[in-house]
Amino acid sequence: MSEPVFKKTSMLTDAPTHYCPGCTHGIIHRLVAESIEELGLSDRAIGIAPVGCSVFAYRYFNCDMQEAAHGRAPAAATGIKRAVPNSIVFTYQGDGDLLSIGNCEVNHAAARGEKICVFLINNAIYGMTGGQMAPTTLIGMKSTTSPKGRDPEVNGYPMRGAEMLATHEGTYYAARVAVNNTKNILAAKKAIKKAFEYQNAGKGLSFVEILSTCPTNWGLSPIESLEFLENKMMPYYPLGVLKDKGAE
Amino acid sequence: MARVLMKGNEAIAEAAIAAGCRFFFGYPITPQSEVPEYFSIRMPEVGGTFVQAESEVAAVNMLYGAAGTGVRAMTSSSSPGFSLKQEGISYIACAEIPAVVVNIMRGGPGLGSIQASQADYFQATKGGGHGDYRLLVYAPASIQEACDLMATAFDRSQKYRCVSMILGDGMLGQMMEPVEIKPVEVKQYDNSWATVGWADKSRPRAVVNSLYITHEELGAVNKRLQAKYKEIAANEVMVEEFNMDQPEFVIVAFGTVARIAKNAVAKLKEQGINVGLIRPITVWPFPYCSLEKAAAMNSVKGFLTVEVSAGQLVEDVRLGVNGKKPVELHNTLGSVYPTPDEIVESILALKGRK
Amino acid sequence: MPHVEICAETCKGCALCVRACPKKILRLSPTVLNQKGYSPSECTDPSACTACRSCALTCPDVAITVYKD
Repeated sequence: MSEPVFKKTSMLTDAPTHYCPGCTHGIIHRLVAESIEELGLSDRAIGIAPVGCSVFAYRYFNCDMQEAAHGRAPAAATGIKRAVPNSIVFTYQGDGDLLSIGNCEVNHAAARGEKICVFLINNAIYGMTGGQMAPTTLIGMKSTTSPKGRDPEVNGYPMRGAEMLATHEGTYYAARVAVNNTKNILAAKKAIKKAFEYQNAGKGLSFVEILSTCPTNWGLSPIESLEFLENKMMPYYPLGVLKDKGAE
Repeated sequence: MARVLMKGNEAIAEAAIAAGCRFFFGYPITPQSEVPEYFSIRMPEVGGTFVQAESEVAAVNMLYGAAGTGVRAMTSSSSPGFSLKQEGISYIACAEIPAVVVNIMRGGPGLGSIQASQADYFQATKGGGHGDYRLLVYAPASIQEACDLMATAFDRSQKYRCVSMILGDGMLGQMMEPVEIKPVEVKQYDNSWATVGWADKSRPRAVVNSLYITHEELGAVNKRLQAKYKEIAANEVMVEEFNMDQPEFVIVAFGTVARIAKNAVAKLKEQGINVGLIRPITVWPFPYCSLEKAAAMNSVKGFLTVEVSAGQLVEDVRLGVNGKKPVELHNTLGSVYPTPDEIVESILALKGRK
Repeated sequence: MPHVEICAETCKGCALCVRACPKKILRLSPTVLNQKGYSPSECTDPSACTACRSCALTCPDVAITVYKD
């Protein structure tokens, strides 16, 4: 039998993930891991896991890892990158971790132009704690803390991470991608890989927001969840490159 | 280095550099702002890194990240800012990252004052953040001692993979004294646990973490932490016993307050009253043994705890004396410091009561 | 011959690969349950597989290996 044209990257450990069936965290883990391996950065990579559904990311990425306090991954990443400048540092954060409690840290890391990659996994809900409203929960979307649907009069409006991060001079690259179909998965991989390439070239902060699903807390099947992502999330969170200093 | 006149906050920073610290993450707050200011000048000169963080919360998490790579790193703050760092310190303690923190205490609670205080004693010695952990807490009484202890603090944090704290107050941070920053022999400890990138495959993949989701795992981690704290308590107690040759009374005080108390001891001696002083240099681990020993002395009629807080240090003094002799409290609140004469009065009152 | 290998024990039966397959030759097994209690994905017509990798790219559990021949 010949070499496979697709096999699991060595940058992922053999540990089975704890993610629910159909949760697209697993796809995003793979894209990040493959990008690191393909660019030959495995030995220099240091990842930072968040608090939230991907809290156990340190079990899955086959590189040195730190587990940071809720929202503080970009601060920890700053410390790591300053201490080991030759390392390739990435944070992997959910929308609650990054856009709610950690909004301050990520924006200041970007403003400082920290030479790190920040990956925001946006599934519009708090997964780990059981489906509460996130800063990204859509208007009208039900959650356990917005049981009648998010009401802007009460809860305000969902926050767009990639657009916000793109405003900082220190942000080198900002993009929003999705993992809902093969084409978009390939585009997401390209964006994630580009983020690592920029870091490897010593450029400022690269930010990739990845639209993801939460079948369990959305109360939808995995396939219905992809449809929700396509029909409800994408109109509010348009895909695209918000900023690319390397292309200017 | 020759003796020079330096401000406490600046001397502390210089001593940290001498102790091999090359990474500082901080945020301005009175009365410790000269620490980050000084580092911002000196770190680039010694090839080190100074980052002014966006908050105390960010600063302590930058410390988590950097110290998690095995380098000598620190942060500093003052009381309200130090409260903000507690979450991060708890994580650092559980992840067993060697790190040094400095608290130049000011009056509280709340925004309090910007003058000196000792009211963070409980926070420093009994935990501070969530969960069962301890800091190795040094409480210097002079700028020279603060500098000398900085070297010890860094060494022990590396040796035990624990958090060492320098607990000063606004007075220590703001005053100037002659000081000699002594050269430090920086000892290297095993850093194979640190996250530096997994190029060396002879070691396991490094994970810096404080999450142990099963009760068995977390129980085992806590057991290991407690064993470490027991070892620290057995080996690292530092105390100054002053004028303890058959004293009639014993004053217990730490930091700058102990210096004031020493003046009271001298004044009392002039009046023919022999009073000793026990000055904990480490406030955790606390020198209970010195208190036990003093309580067993026939000459000692009682103890006077002097502190600028509402009765915090006195609890440890009572634990050490363990009911064998009376323990009285002479305390001032907020940022009001006692005078030697006031302490003398308290001793005379104790004596008159007999 | 192009074909896929699906690790039945790693599969969580989410069916994202079923949706992704352009040849519509994947399904969740009507008969097999794995150790975790999921019905794993299986290929109904290996001869139709083109090794396009769509299934593998969309699998959140990286349970699929793809061979060109």
